[in-house]
Amino acid sequence: MAMIEVEDLRRTFVVRTKSGTLRRGRQEILAVAGLSFAIEPGEMVGYIGPNGAGKSTSIKMLTGILVPTSGSVQVAGMDPSRRRTDLARRIGVVFGQRSGLWWDLPLRDSFDLLARIYDVPRPRYTTNLAAYVDLLDLGPLLDQPVRQLSLGQRMRGDLAATLLHDPQILFLDEPTIGLDVVSKTRLREFLRDLNAERGTTVLLTTHDLGDIEQLCRRVMVIDAGRMVFDDTIAALQRVGGATRTVVVDLERPGEPVVVPGAVVTRVEGARQWLTFPADASAAPIVSALASGYDLVDLSIQEPAIEDVIRLLYARGGAHKAD
Amino acid sequence: MADSIRAFAVIAGAWVRASMTYRASFWSLAVGQALFTLVDFVAITIMFSHIDRLGGFDVAQVALLYGFSGFALGVADLLVGNVELLGRRVRDGSFDAMLVRPVAPLVQVAADQFALRRLGRIVSAVGVLGWALVATNIDWSITKVAVAVATLVSGSVIFCSVFVLGSAFQILAGDASEMMNAFTYGGNTLTQYPLSIYPSEVVKGVTFILPLAFVNWYPALYILGVEDPFDMPVAFHFASPVAATLLAAVAAGCWRAGVRRYRSTGS
Ligand SMILES: Nc1ncnc2c1ncn2[C@@H]1O[C@H](COP(=O)(O)OP(=O)(O)OP(=O)(O)O)[C@@H](O)[C@H]1O
Ligand SMILES: [Mg+2]
Repeated sequence: MAMIEVEDLRRTFVVRTKSGTLRRGRQEILAVAGLSFAIEPGEMVGYIGPNGAGKSTSIKMLTGILVPTSGSVQVAGMDPSRRRTDLARRIGVVFGQRSGLWWDLPLRDSFDLLARIYDVPRPRYTTNLAAYVDLLDLGPLLDQPVRQLSLGQRMRGDLAATLLHDPQILFLDEPTIGLDVVSKTRLREFLRDLNAERGTTVLLTTHDLGDIEQLCRRVMVIDAGRMVFDDTIAALQRVGGATRTVVVDLERPGEPVVVPGAVVTRVEGARQWLTFPADASAAPIVSALASGYDLVDLSIQEPAIEDVIRLLYARGGAHKAD
Repeated sequence: MADSIRAFAVIAGAWVRASMTYRASFWSLAVGQALFTLVDFVAITIMFSHIDRLGGFDVAQVALLYGFSGFALGVADLLVGNVELLGRRVRDGSFDAMLVRPVAPLVQVAADQFALRRLGRIVSAVGVLGWALVATNIDWSITKVAVAVATLVSGSVIFCSVFVLGSAFQILAGDASEMMNAFTYGGNTLTQYPLSIYPSEVVKGVTFILPLAFVNWYPALYILGVEDPFDMPVAFHFASPVAATLLAAVAAGCWRAGVRRYRSTGS
């Protein structure tokens, strides 16, 4: 059975606008506009989309914070908004933008308090705490009130706090926001191990595509509250409109080469760049080059994921794995 | 329910321990709070140095009203007074975190930043109540003792419910703590005096709309053996537990509806 199952999920927000001098308008924002997807246990799924796409709103519905306007949600077999407190024991949620810790309590007290709120058995808590303190390097921070921690330190604290009760599902909304390169790398390693060793299901929202490339096999892209892509990273790179590039080094500089199915986009001395549609096979192009020209070297560049995403955001078409 | 009480104790305990680290400030705040709430009562006694009776009640009888009401508000303030902070949480979205923990959010809001110094208010109310019991010559019976005890409990439940109603409203309105305070602390001030000094519309309002009169007025009429100047049904003398139960049910319903309408923030 799927860990997360979402069917035609919608959420609108009614906002009051000042229109004219006295009349106050009432406007409906469709933040999530009919999402459907399923996530299997143990999957680590990247969840991306431009600002205001509805990522946070949908995560809030998956965790029971917001009640959907329509559609159905099942997380670990439960309807989040109806069984919020039961579900809470099974999931962990981190919002990178704000902390789930108690601002005025030292980190250690926050952890203790959470362990008791979640009824984590004492031995389990001790083991988990020791493990996370070590992995996330929290030792020197334990006695500081949360409000004194830096963003990255707090983020690590939040992550440890969320994992103390061994959640089966982890929702991470921009967990790497504002982290430096080193912290980011460590956080990614940490998440990868968590997923591999404990089989934790992870839904990860981020604007850093590096996070996705390094951690997720599957990626969901939403735009304006709708799913525009849901498939593997590899498939993302083949999305219509994306191009791959063959870089060839010829024996000597010359005219742009002529190969069916590819066009030369750049010439620099003996080196030439040919682009071809990402979803076409590279084999005929390579063999045409090899038979028609004297080659020194040849390499194929995958499309930059940023470019594909930009294409997707601009186009808004839908692509889903069957 | 048992889970909620345990969770309340756990969270409140953490805050008490944190506040105890600054012991001196804890005691000075507690004593300060006790004295502060006594000021009201001192004002009442000063008033009685010029008059013998207020709305037909002497100083000891007013002290009984004051004690019942002060005790009820004190308990409610200690247990759920912190819902006052909810408006801020709703506006900055930090209420989100409470919704993803396995404890009823109301328990978390109430226990968060729990301050034992609020005991001060209860202590001073108990003091006034004790004096009133000595100074009034009540003809005690088992029923009167039962009514008195039920009044303390019901009154506390009524003020707790008013706090919860106010906080449900804060989820929708974002910030309404001033309005909530008008009903809780304001309601307390209103009920510190015999209702006989108010117009009958006010009395109907605090009987049928927001049943604050059941915090002290009706049971006190019975305990003191005073005629009801407004000729309300005699059954009201014993109806505080009923009023408290009804209001608590309404408050719980409104709170649940409020949480379901919570919309978090955009970021
Ligand atoms: N509490 C709210 N009240 C009104 N509108 C809201 C609220 N929360 C979200 N929205 C609106 O819903 C839409 C989706 O917002 P959401 O926060 O889900 O976007 P997002 O994909 O998380 O964006 P970002 O990448 O910037 O975090 C936006 O248009 C936003 O203005
Ligand atoms: Mg967001």
